Amino acid sequence: MTEHVSDRLSRKASRHVKERIIEFLLFGAAAFSVFITVAIVYVLVKESWVFFETVPLSDFLFDTQWTPLFDDAHYGIMVLLSGTLTSSGVALLVAIPLGTIIALYLSEFAGFTVREVAKPFLELLGGVPTIVYGYFALTFITPLLQKIYPDLPGFNLLSAGLVMGIMIIPYVASLSEDAMRAVPMALREGSYAMGATRLQTALWVVTPAATSGIASAYILGISRAVGETMILAVAAGMQPNLTFNPTEPGATITSYIVQVALGDLPHGSIGYQTIFAAGLTLLLMTLAFNLLGYWLRKHYREVY
Amino acid sequence: MNADKLQRIRSIISRAKRWDLFFTLLGILSLMVGVLTFTVLFVDMAIQGVPRLSMDFFTSFPSRRAANAGILSAWVGTVLVMLLTALAAVPLGVAAGVYLEEYAPKNWITDIIEINISNLAGIPSIVYGLLALGLFVYYFGFGQSILSAGLTLALLILPVIIVATREAIRAIPQSIHEGSYACGATTWQTVRDHILPYSSAGILTGVIIGMARAIGETAPIITIGALTFIAFLPPAPFTGEPPAGLFDWIFAPFTVMPIQMFNWTSRPEAAFAVNAAAAGFVLVFMTLAMNGLAIYVRYRLRKNIKW
Repeated sequence: MTEHVSDRLSRKASRHVKERIIEFLLFGAAAFSVFITVAIVYVLVKESWVFFETVPLSDFLFDTQWTPLFDDAHYGIMVLLSGTLTSSGVALLVAIPLGTIIALYLSEFAGFTVREVAKPFLELLGGVPTIVYGYFALTFITPLLQKIYPDLPGFNLLSAGLVMGIMIIPYVASLSEDAMRAVPMALREGSYAMGATRLQTALWVVTPAATSGIASAYILGISRAVGETMILAVAAGMQPNLTFNPTEPGATITSYIVQVALGDLPHGSIGYQTIFAAGLTLLLMTLAFNLLGYWLRKHYREVY
Repeated sequence: MNADKLQRIRSIISRAKRWDLFFTLLGILSLMVGVLTFTVLFVDMAIQGVPRLSMDFFTSFPSRRAANAGILSAWVGTVLVMLLTALAAVPLGVAAGVYLEEYAPKNWITDIIEINISNLAGIPSIVYGLLALGLFVYYFGFGQSILSAGLTLALLILPVIIVATREAIRAIPQSIHEGSYACGATTWQTVRDHILPYSSAGILTGVIIGMARAIGETAPIITIGALTFIAFLPPAPFTGEPPAGLFDWIFAPFTVMPIQMFNWTSRPEAAFAVNAAAAGFVLVFMTLAMNGLAIYVRYRLRKNIKW
C-alpha cells in the first residue's frame, strides 16, 4: 500500500514538471511576438544609424530633393512623404465616406440576409492581393480617367489612390460596423420611443456612442494607406516628385523601397541604407497612428 | 388638435421618412461601388487573361517571348514558400494563442505581449520585408531563398493566427474547462483533450485567411531581393541526398506568383500585360477559393455547434 502511494506521488511530481515545461514553451511562443518587434526596431535603427552618420538629420528632413542614387546625392524624405500623403489623402477621401456609409447601412438599415451576404463579400474585397489592384489601377482605371481628363499621365497618384481607397473600404466598414453593433439596443429603443427615425437614431445616437470604435477604424485605414506598396509601385510610377497634385506621377516611401530592392545595390552601400531610413520613417508614422488609436480606444470608449 | 397642426406634423414625418429612404439608397449605392469594382476587376482580368490559360501556361518557365512564357517556377515557388510559412506560423501562432487564453496571468508581461500583438498587426508588410532583409538574408545568411521568404511571411501572418486562435478558444463555454478540471485534469490535459479539438475549426478558419493573405503578399518578398526571372525549379522537397540534401530546397532561389505578375505588369509590351492578367486571374482565383473555404468552414461551424 505504501508503495502504491509513493508511486502515485512521484507520478504526480513528474506530471507537475511536465506541466511547467509546457507552460514555459507556450510562454516562449507568446513572447516571440515581442522579439519580432524588438528585431524590427533593432534592424531599422542599426542600419539607419549608419545612414545618419553620413547624412545629417536636417538634410533628411528639410532637403527638397531625393536623388540618393545620383552622383549629386540629395536625401530629402519630404519628396517621398509628399507622394505618400497625396496618395493616402485620395484613398481616404474614397474610403472614409463610403466605409462609414456602408457601416451605418449594414448596422442600422440592412436586413439580416443583406448583412450575411455583404460582410463576407467585403472580406473578399479586402482579400484580393494588392498587386492585382495595382494591375487594375494601371490597366483599367488610368485609361478610364484619361477619357475624362486627357492630360493625365500613364502613371499617376490619382488612380493608385482611388483603387487604394476601394481596397481600404472593407477595413473601415467592417471595424466601424462592429463598433456600431456594440452599442446597446436600449439606446436605440429609447431613441425610437421618442419618435426618431432610423436615420436620426443612426446619426445622433449610434454614431456618437460608437465614436471611439469608428475613429480607430479610420486610423487603421490611414495606416493601411500609408503602408500600401504594390498599388503605388505599379500604378504611380516610381520617380520622386515633390508634389501634392494627385494627377502627377510620384514615388512614395514604400514604392521607393521596392524600386531599390529590385535593382542590385551592394549590401552596406549608402543607397542600401536609405531604404532602412525610409522604412524607419514609415514605422514611426504607423506607430504614431497605432498609439493614437490605442489611446482613443482607451479614453473615449463608452462603457455600458 | 386642429387640422393645421396635424398637417404640419405629417409633413415633418414624411420629410424624415424621405431622408430615411434617401440614406437607404445611399447605403445600397455605396455597397454597389465595392461590388461593382470587384466585378469589373474580375471580369476585365478574366476577359484579358483566360484565353491565355492553357496547360502550357502552367508548365512553362518565364521567357523573353511573351507567348511562350508560363508560371511553372512561380506556382511551384508559391507552394513551397506557403509550406514553410504554414510550418513556421501555425505551431507558433496557436501556441501563443493558447498561452494567452489559458495560461497567462494578469500582469504587465501579459499586457505587453497583448499590446505588442495588436501593434504587429498594424505594421506595414514592407517593414517586415526590411526586417527579413537585415535579419534572415544577411545576419543569418539564409540569402534570397525559399527559407527567408517563408519565414518572412510567417512573421507577417502570426498576428492573424494568434487572434483567430484566441477568438476560437474564447467561444468555448467556461463549463467545459470546469468539467475537465473537476475530473482532475491538468491545464495541459484540458487544452490537449478539450480546448484544441473544440476550437480547431475556428483556428483553421484563421489559418486559411492568414495563408490567403500570405499568398498575395508581394512587397516583403521583393524587399528581400527575390529574383524576378527564374527559369529553373528548386530541388523537390525531401528527395536529396540525406541527411543534408533533404533540405536543399529551402535554400534554393525562387520566384512566387505575385512577383511574376509584377514583373509582367511592369513591362511595356502589351503581350506581357496579357500574361499578367492570366497570372492575376490564377492568383485571385486562389485567394478567393481560400477565403471561400474559410467562410464555409465558419458557416458550418456556426451551424453545427450548439453548446
